[in-house]
Amino acid sequence: MDALTELMGGFGTALTPTNLLYALLGVLLGTAIGVLPGIGPAMTIALLLPLTRGLDVTTAIIMFAGIYYGGMYGGSTTSILLNTPGESASVVTAIEGNKMAKSGRAAQALATAAIGSFVAGTIATLLLALVAPLVADLAVEVSPADTFAIMLLAFIAVTSVLGSSRVRGLAALGIGLTIGLIGIDFTSGQQRLTFGVPELADGIDVIVVAVGLFAVGEALWTAAHLRRRPLDITPVGNPRMSRADWSRSWKPWLRGTAIGFPFGAVPAGGAEIPTFLSYVTEKRLSKHPEEFGKGAIEGVAGPEATNNASAAGGLVPLLTLGIPTTATAAVMLAAITSYGIEPGPRLFETEPVLVWGLIASLFIGNTALLVLNLPLAPLWARLLRIPRTYLYAGILFFSCLGAYAADASSFDLFLLLAIGALGFMMRRFGLPILPAIIGVILGPFAEEELRQALQISNGALSGLVDPFAIVVYVIVALILLWPVVRRFLPRRSIVPVLTEAAHEIEESHSHHGLTHAVSVERHVGDHRGDRAGDSAGGSRGPGEPSG
Amino acid sequence: MSSAAPGGTQEQGRSELGVALFLGALGILVIVQALLLPESRIARGPVGPGAVPIAVGSLLVVVAGFLAVDVWRGGRGEPEGGEDIELTGRSDWKTVAMLAAAFIANALLIEPLGWPISGAILFWGSAYALGSRHYVRDAVIALVLSVGSWYLFVLGLGTSLPVGILKGIL
Repeated sequence: MDALTELMGGFGTALTPTNLLYALLGVLLGTAIGVLPGIGPAMTIALLLPLTRGLDVTTAIIMFAGIYYGGMYGGSTTSILLNTPGESASVVTAIEGNKMAKSGRAAQALATAAIGSFVAGTIATLLLALVAPLVADLAVEVSPADTFAIMLLAFIAVTSVLGSSRVRGLAALGIGLTIGLIGIDFTSGQQRLTFGVPELADGIDVIVVAVGLFAVGEALWTAAHLRRRPLDITPVGNPRMSRADWSRSWKPWLRGTAIGFPFGAVPAGGAEIPTFLSYVTEKRLSKHPEEFGKGAIEGVAGPEATNNASAAGGLVPLLTLGIPTTATAAVMLAAITSYGIEPGPRLFETEPVLVWGLIASLFIGNTALLVLNLPLAPLWARLLRIPRTYLYAGILFFSCLGAYAADASSFDLFLLLAIGALGFMMRRFGLPILPAIIGVILGPFAEEELRQALQISNGALSGLVDPFAIVVYVIVALILLWPVVRRFLPRRSIVPVLTEAAHEIEESHSHHGLTHAVSVERHVGDHRGDRAGDSAGGSRGPGEPSG
Repeated sequence: MSSAAPGGTQEQGRSELGVALFLGALGILVIVQALLLPESRIARGPVGPGAVPIAVGSLLVVVAGFLAVDVWRGGRGEPEGGEDIELTGRSDWKTVAMLAAAFIANALLIEPLGWPISGAILFWGSAYALGSRHYVRDAVIALVLSVGSWYLFVLGLGTSLPVGILKGIL
């Protein structure tokens, strides 16, 4: 029980009055910003990151954990009350959650989401504390060639997100990788893609890229299509759950945790697939299947727990391998590296105080979330009424503030606008933002691993393949060639549950015309003869030419 | 808000081919730049600084090709929706241009005038661009935000923000 001793030490670090205060402050700020419409968890973190700059590393990371959980919960609040998932992971929550809100049960939906997040977050963080050191021990053995292969897998996995076009995903990845190349190459000292501009020599600050693509891009894109009608927002009472609500919620919470953690912990995971899976599972097992689609509490409890558990699971590859699997984790990686810490297998040895302080503060952040957010729910709901003119003006204001504070250079502000324009263009043409962010952040690390691997093998390409890497490359090839592979598989072999999940999502999309985070492919599959359109395999694959 | 966004029209098809063109051009730029990198004397390892850019550039060129084929066959990228977004109309370029102007004004003025002034101009200008016509109320909010954030960052967080012409007053 070595991990538990270490964890206790972590609590010792995190529970000092100052650190506790910053954790709570982080939760409050994270929720307040995350609840604003149009701001997902990743954007929340990017916007609030400059606030932690002046703090000492441990305190900064602890405040950060609070922001992380607060931002995620804020995102769920928005999706329940407005039917507007800020991130693809809360798409599923919005389906039943918003129906519940519409039928006057907003408070219960928020309560089951908050308590479910707490339960799942606590269990999953405990699992993280137990699993991560073991993975780190194993990961020390992992060669640069293997790490490169896993990173390649992460790249390909994020471009093939459930239901979106893969060509456009790869295009976004390419754009991200290109931005990541800008600057001085560390091993040779050569300037790449800087075109003689001195400000570009250090590369573009990740904060500028993240804030530009997410916040500025979003503000400009929304401004170009601003809805001038007022929104109707459900008022929220005091979140109390009845006995029936509890008895219908606790099993989905636990099942959600069980589904979410492993998916999050796999380097190619992400939160979309597990939340869909949880939704379908709950629908199957529910004693009230007829309520699904009209606001079933299980449909909120399960996916919300899953979402939180997979977020904690996602910290396993993030901390032990330095590989992020979601936009939020990618921004976290950038944040952690900006404090001068390099995540990787040795992190647990070199920075034990910090790592265990972080894990302990995840527990604290999670608890603070429950304590603060249940009573404050009506207040958060009121934040949704902020006039849109001030909301988007404020987003631009704080984007500039953050980008400028990062490096005190007005050049960064022009860069921010340029990247914001890029984000606008990507939204306009349906290029997903996530692969671009992962490309910017992970690209340079991947290149380093590649070149290290080739250095070890003295340039022979055979140095890139060993048994482990081969397995990973086979998976990459399968994902890439899925549309071709599928034809050779017997019909039955596609998991029926996933089929149903994809179908479910597609239906809910066509109902609300909700196209925000997951863009559902057109119904081309229908006239293609087989059920390409609604098999999950189908939606993993044929994002490819939707025509 | 309908999910049948402005996709499918001839016009979007043509502008989306522009995206393919942009990606292709970017790819070629990256490749050419990588090929022009001079021999490095301090390079370690057998793989030089050009290898990865060439791979990334090639990825972009290939993807540009696939995208062009996809668009040509009738595929359309789906514009992103959202709670505050109405995709039925055309893009409101005037608002976007005014926002960009406010943004650039801030970038140009932040050093000479200081953040408390330039930030307020940014907020007020953005609110105006987005359709707010409460000139005085907007100005008050803008000043409170910019001065408040300046104090927060400089005193609370120890980060420097330019004070500009208000030096000695704040």
